[in-house]
Amino acid sequence: MCVAVTIARRLALLFRVKANKALDRAEDPREVLDYSYERQLEMLTQVRRGVADVATSRKRLELQQSQLHQAADRLQAQAAEAVGAGRDDLAREALTRRSAALSELTAITTQRDALQAEEAKLTLAAQRLQARIEAFRTRKETIKATYTAAEAQTRVGEAVSGISEEMGDVGLAMQRAEDKTAQMQARAQAIDGLLASGALDDASAPGGHRDDIQAALDATTGTSEIERELAALKAAPALTARPAADSPRAADPAKENQP
Amino acid sequence: MIIRILGEAQYEVADTDLDRLNALDATLQGAVDADDAPGFAAALQALLAAVRDRGAAVPDHVLTASDLVLPAPDADLDEIRALLGDEGLIPG
Repeated sequence: MCVAVTIARRLALLFRVKANKALDRAEDPREVLDYSYERQLEMLTQVRRGVADVATSRKRLELQQSQLHQAADRLQAQAAEAVGAGRDDLAREALTRRSAALSELTAITTQRDALQAEEAKLTLAAQRLQARIEAFRTRKETIKATYTAAEAQTRVGEAVSGISEEMGDVGLAMQRAEDKTAQMQARAQAIDGLLASGALDDASAPGGHRDDIQAALDATTGTSEIERELAALKAAPALTARPAADSPRAADPAKENQP
Repeated sequence: MIIRILGEAQYEVADTDLDRLNALDATLQGAVDADDAPGFAAALQALLAAVRDRGAAVPDHVLTASDLVLPAPDADLDEIRALLGDEGLIPG
């Protein structure tokens, strides 16, 4: 390789400096082996926890994806209903909110995919780290059993440099995953807020409150039904009021839950 | 020669491929020196592709330090500066 100190060479040196510092502190290089091994096991636990954290965040985004999908579908249906009722103002409002829901959906889909990629990378990193820790353990036992302190210097140096670089790489991967998870959480919280505010809420969900578009549509439909019943009464004064079960609104069980 | 791609893997590259990698490495360094973000991204992708293409992945059970360490595929100039500017940033 060329003599010039390029980025790749400087990065390699930085990783090696970390390993050498640990070695320089020890009286007998073999002491470093056990200490390093303990730190490796701690790191492996951390990486596995990191994988679980990223998976939790990913699942949260997937839940929100499905909530936003439902909201967009419901707003689309409301817009159609509003057009049918001659309420273009309500249709416009519903379509505006649907567009907002869809743009959130696009954004969190991107983030969800990014998190899934981080999860896959961290999972592989954990597997590789585990294999290398196992290799380190074998080499550690060999060095401790076979070599004198003087001979161990080189062998320990090689083993520690190898594993230290791996741990540094995995540590960086964890930092990146944590950064991405933190970014994601800010957006997920915003979307949770949006969903909780009722702006995208599902009016027909059990216990869900009625949103204002649906209330206005119901009022419109209700008014026209009353007008129709009134007209029917006028046309046939002897006829009694029609049973409620004939009404299309009452046939929808979800809407019976509404206040 | 052992080359690590951060966040990915280590590769063993034959000495006969080093001239080609050297040229790509020099381009990468030039882009950093010139603060050329698009040039950096392009040079990095070219270099990583060459390493993956010509190198053989080091098996997981092999423990060895790398001669060269390359940034992750999605690294940007700021990240590289942060890594190089303060060795304390490398965990482990």
